[in-house]
Amino acid sequence: MIPSTGTETRDDSSGLGTDLVLRASNVSVEYAGSRPTRAVREVSLELRRGEVLGIVGESGCGKSTFAYALTRMLRPPARMTAGVVEYYGRDGEVIDLAALSGDRLREFRWNKISMVFQSAMNALNPVTGIGSQMDDIFRTHRPGMDKAARRARAGQLLEMVGIDPRRLRSFPHELSGGMRQRVVIAMALALEPEIVVMDEPTTALDVLVQREILDEVERLRAELGFSVVFITHDLALLLEISDRLAVMYAGQVVEYAPAEQVATEPLHPYTRGLLRSFPDLRGQRREMHGIPGNPPDLREALVGCPFAPRCESVFEPCREITPPLRAPAGGWPVACHLHDPAHDDYSSEGGR
Amino acid sequence: MSALTVTDLTVDYRQRGGSRFRAVDALSFALEPGQTLALVGESGSGKSTVVRTLSRFVKPSAGEILLRGVDAADGVERGLPRGRRAKRKAYHKTMQLVFQDPFASLNPMHTVAHHLRRPLLLHGGHRRGPKLEAAVLDLLRSVNLTPAEDVARKHPHELSGGQRQRVAIARALATDPKVLLADEPVSMLDVSIRLEILNLLDRLKQDRDLALLYVTHDLATARHFSSQIMVMYRGEVVERGPSDQVILHPAHPYTRMLAAAAPDPTVSRAALAEARAQRAALRDTRAAEHRESVLDQGCRFRSRCPFAMPVCATRPPDLPAVKGSVPGAGAGGAGHAARCWLLDESAAAAPAADSAD
Repeated sequence: MIPSTGTETRDDSSGLGTDLVLRASNVSVEYAGSRPTRAVREVSLELRRGEVLGIVGESGCGKSTFAYALTRMLRPPARMTAGVVEYYGRDGEVIDLAALSGDRLREFRWNKISMVFQSAMNALNPVTGIGSQMDDIFRTHRPGMDKAARRARAGQLLEMVGIDPRRLRSFPHELSGGMRQRVVIAMALALEPEIVVMDEPTTALDVLVQREILDEVERLRAELGFSVVFITHDLALLLEISDRLAVMYAGQVVEYAPAEQVATEPLHPYTRGLLRSFPDLRGQRREMHGIPGNPPDLREALVGCPFAPRCESVFEPCREITPPLRAPAGGWPVACHLHDPAHDDYSSEGGR
Repeated sequence: MSALTVTDLTVDYRQRGGSRFRAVDALSFALEPGQTLALVGESGSGKSTVVRTLSRFVKPSAGEILLRGVDAADGVERGLPRGRRAKRKAYHKTMQLVFQDPFASLNPMHTVAHHLRRPLLLHGGHRRGPKLEAAVLDLLRSVNLTPAEDVARKHPHELSGGQRQRVAIARALATDPKVLLADEPVSMLDVSIRLEILNLLDRLKQDRDLALLYVTHDLATARHFSSQIMVMYRGEVVERGPSDQVILHPAHPYTRMLAAAAPDPTVSRAALAEARAQRAALRDTRAAEHRESVLDQGCRFRSRCPFAMPVCATRPPDLPAVKGSVPGAGAGGAGHAARCWLLDESAAAAPAADSAD
């Protein structure tokens, strides 16, 4: 992500660019009902070691549901109906997440993959101290550790996220929202997982606190080398912190791009619209528009491109043929007929 | 005449143990017809308390609220029947609110038409009948909810968040208000429709000559949708002025930090890393604990301020005193002011007199 910090971690991870840690292939998730909601539709993404993969989209686009699928945390009525999620260990071991259950699944979570939620700061138990909640993690996952070692490690973790270790004695209500969120991040990192999934981890926080926490995450990632799946609706933020990002719309990935390039040359009209939806703080005053219309009902069968009804560049094939996620020559994967050479004759009139 | 004039508004909340918490401290501002004033601040800055006090849900402990020149405490217009209910009703006819959460502010049991009929009957002098129904449809059209006949029959759960917020705005317009308070009107909505709602508020403000108070934590929309900005920090205004001045040439360290913290996709990776390293260096100079503390005396921002000086601990700098000495304000910076010792030349020249804390 930020190459110029000059840390070796950064250079390492680019050197290991093809070193996968997690691969999701054709993952589909449905919410059961009289008309099932197909919330995630054949999503395939790869997470490399040490990278930050951003997932962005409007509410209801399936980004959180997908994150739950990655961490095997879906609860009925949600169900993964198709696809495979595989974890690749450093030692060449490959684990199919769907095959895990019971103790092996519990062991896998926290140790290899952990999750931070938007409301995580409210996930802390209000009637027990921070220290004993952190202690729980070690007692469950590291039964060999003695009390003193557990305590020392918990203190170390708090210090790592910028909180005084004396706060181990505090109760959650004695900490501010930002501090509680840091505590949860410290807990997510307690067992040095290789993957941390963060679902809107800073959305409920103030700008300055958000900035501090993101700096902290970035510093820790450079230090400890874990990978991050970062989910948010805030595209402007994601462009800053992620290496690559996946734009989701109506349960599908519509653009999967290097973050730095997509900021200046987004390919999909939806990505363009999202970018436009964030007014530039210091830019020219001008008339601004978001994306008119609403996302489609995911209980219906989708014909053609799901974004077509809201798209400013819509042309003939969009309403009939669903565009596949495909990389144009010299580009990155995008699901849009505008970038499909087969439709060049149309896009010259209809597209921009 | 200003649509709303607020002078030295102070709000205290009683706390457990009998102590008081000053949520808003001597706030003064005016709203002009056809203008938008943005009130910016983080959670806990007191901006929602301001809205609640102006809506008379919370009683101020001091200060004056004049709605179209009439003291809110006295009732709004002369010639109205005496009595608190009537005064309150007249006040609320003139000042309306749009809340943050359109999922909570509409009653799930009632149709859209019902939500709009109520204020028309209560404040608009309408009677039931075809004219009332026509007025409902007009309101829906004015917020671009079409076909109005269809929307009127719907229940809130059949509408998207953006459509619900449009209904909430239509409901606020039903009383033909002069002042509209919009408390984070788009922060619960999807990013792609936020600008549409803000554009709608902007158009309504112009068409109806509304005085609009736009309360938000988002600096970018505050700048683009308002002519003036006030930045609040822990109950007091730390900076105010024309929007472009405040955002492009922020004078108070807090405003500067806020502006610097806003994500900017146009900034290069190298610049980002540089900024991050600088922030880290600044932060290391003070303990995490200290940053969270609340201060009663002196500048409230000093525990987080990178430029804190001994003088900052002694007494709060006065906002009007630094008027005109704002760097970068230049000739075009009329009315740009910040509450900060850094901008007070006499303080900068004089050595820290006393640091008694």
